[in-house]
Amino acid sequence: MYVAVKGGEVAIQNSHALLAELRRGDPALPELSAAQIHAQLRLAVDRVMSEGSLYDPELAALALKQAAGDVVEAIFLLRAYRTTLPRFGYSVPIETTRMRLWRRISATFKDLPGGQILGPTYDYTQRLLDFALLAGTPVPPAPRAPAATTAGLCPGVLDLLDREGLIEPQPLSAADPEPIDLTREPMRFPAPRAARLQNLARADEGFLLALAYSSQRGYAHTHPFAGEVRFGSVEVEVIPEELGFPVSIGDVALTECQMINQFAGSARQPPQFTRGYGLAFGHSERKAMAMSLVDRALRAPELGEAIESPAQMEEFVLSHSDNLEASGFVQHLKLPHYVDFQSELELVRRMRAADTVQQSES
Amino acid sequence: MLQDDGIAAVLTAPSRQTWMRLLSRAPLQMLEAYLADLAGAQPRWLRRPESGLVMVQGRIGGNGERFNLGEVTVTRCALRTDPERVRCEHVGVAYVLGRSARHAELAATADALLQDPLSRARLPTDLLTRIAEGLAERQAAQDEKARATRVEFFTAARESVGEPTEPPPS
Amino acid sequence: MNAATGGTPLDLNAVGPGFSDPPLASQAVFRAALNAFARPGRIQRVASDAPHPSGAAPAAAALLLALLDPDCTLWLAPRLAHGSAAAWLRFHTGCRIVSELREAQFLWSDADQMPPFEHLPAGSEFEPETAATCLVQVEALGDTPGWRLQGPGIERTQPLTVRGLDATFLAQWRANHAAFPRGIDLLLCAGECVAGLPRTTCIEG
Repeated sequence: MYVAVKGGEVAIQNSHALLAELRRGDPALPELSAAQIHAQLRLAVDRVMSEGSLYDPELAALALKQAAGDVVEAIFLLRAYRTTLPRFGYSVPIETTRMRLWRRISATFKDLPGGQILGPTYDYTQRLLDFALLAGTPVPPAPRAPAATTAGLCPGVLDLLDREGLIEPQPLSAADPEPIDLTREPMRFPAPRAARLQNLARADEGFLLALAYSSQRGYAHTHPFAGEVRFGSVEVEVIPEELGFPVSIGDVALTECQMINQFAGSARQPPQFTRGYGLAFGHSERKAMAMSLVDRALRAPELGEAIESPAQMEEFVLSHSDNLEASGFVQHLKLPHYVDFQSELELVRRMRAADTVQQSES
Repeated sequence: MLQDDGIAAVLTAPSRQTWMRLLSRAPLQMLEAYLADLAGAQPRWLRRPESGLVMVQGRIGGNGERFNLGEVTVTRCALRTDPERVRCEHVGVAYVLGRSARHAELAATADALLQDPLSRARLPTDLLTRIAEGLAERQAAQDEKARATRVEFFTAARESVGEPTEPPPS
Repeated sequence: MNAATGGTPLDLNAVGPGFSDPPLASQAVFRAALNAFARPGRIQRVASDAPHPSGAAPAAAALLLALLDPDCTLWLAPRLAHGSAAAWLRFHTGCRIVSELREAQFLWSDADQMPPFEHLPAGSEFEPETAATCLVQVEALGDTPGWRLQGPGIERTQPLTVRGLDATFLAQWRANHAAFPRGIDLLLCAGECVAGLPRTTCIEG
């Protein structure tokens, strides 16, 4: 039970002022602009957009600035802002096969149509601190290689397996049903895969990463391969009612992961590969990969697998994935609980007093 | 999808879809330089610029059933042009990613004028070409920089002794 | 805006502007609607600078412009459905026009085309809030002695005279009132005036 407390208005105002001063830091140093954060801390901006579930780099950069770099706090700010905006509608489904690529790799096929494009990646860095950055040396432009006009566009790797019938088909009903939207309807269990993916797409990266890791260490039956990871930009199209035709209104950066999993087959299905899917705003590779592993783990009932591990437990995963909810519930313990605690204190004292009386009587 | 419209197509007979796609991606400074005078101060609003959300849908596995990925900010408006500047009765509409009301206003102004051959003549002839060229340049830069990181992985043979393990010529 | 359908395109040339300052105007109109339901039968003036479509009482047009959004469904009586009102509301509010009464969250009708109350969504015991809100255009509203209204929001009795409703109205209203917590709510509109009749109000003729 919560009981309202009064007072502390001046203290709270002063706390806000102190917060602002510490956020600004040493005034002798130039102030960071949101544009600088957007340009130079792009991966932090992407994480805020992905878990804030709102693609707007400028707002995400502003949120990071205001939150003094606290990513979860920035996500909270972005989610709060989002509630002030009207919803215009839904986009035409994006086509990730038409992504203009920055990066596209496959761990399953070394030679593939379109080639392996490393793009900007930390994968092959030595993880040695670069002290030159302390001095702020200028960065030379990245090398360019002539590209065919369609270089950015290439089909997915899983199509290769699909053509041979070695991977489960991707069901697509003619009705193309409208998916559940968790921003409008609450999650219900068992949840359809579309609802699970929407939940995972905005889930906390750390939580997904730990679950994905647990599934690889044996807490689920997965034996995954990264079929394809791609990062690039896709067009967003809408069909405004007043126009009646699709209009392309801008590009968003996305990371997509197609995870391939071994599947021994069942009474109904031959041995084949199965799929796990990850898709996230921005350059969010760890997130998209973890998401695809957890997506696959959560498909256990559909594939007739025993549910034994946390990553397979739908209600456990989907109810605890949102860092806004998690952070709110954990941190609310800081708020005044004076009355609850007094009553518990009273209870413990009374029980102890009763114990003492009993002992002295016996 | 309109991704591969060449500049030539834009030059000859652009469709409304084509010019709306280009206008949504034009740098704001370019639109200001080309359109601020024509837009004037008093557009006749049918819908003033408003920012809101569009839920982006993806497909499971890239090509399966739809799911809701997350939202983007979008700004839209609808107007007729300022009669003091241009007489044009067509309604210009803009939908633009982000929260720039001015971008939406200028894009809608161009959309209104482009719908009518008479008022189209009032627009600078190279507006769409310039936007398309800028967009093509940005895309070429991305494609070429990505292309420079293209790699040919090769598997080093483990069991065979004496076999050459040189990479194949690229 | 829906990826699956796209819908019939609107003819923007036939659509007039909405409020010149949507946030402030909608708040003012929303306040009038709130007052109308909080003080049943007391006539509220609805101020709006939005040019209303033909056939629309200015108060009704402004109320719908302020109350509807893309989550709302609206049923229009034939005369209004044939005018420019539907396109105007679709464009400015994003509402969905429905042809089935049972799908309607809002109804808009002239008094003479109002469907029988028993055909309208009246909500359920569990979800009485899903009942329809009906905007009914009447000829005139006045506060000279006529009906005597009683119920929540009225201290003793509230007088109201309404011109243009047909003779069956009072009997229909009694049945609606008796079904509480189920039942529809009415906003009677004439010119720039509106009077609310929530399902809790009892009318004596």
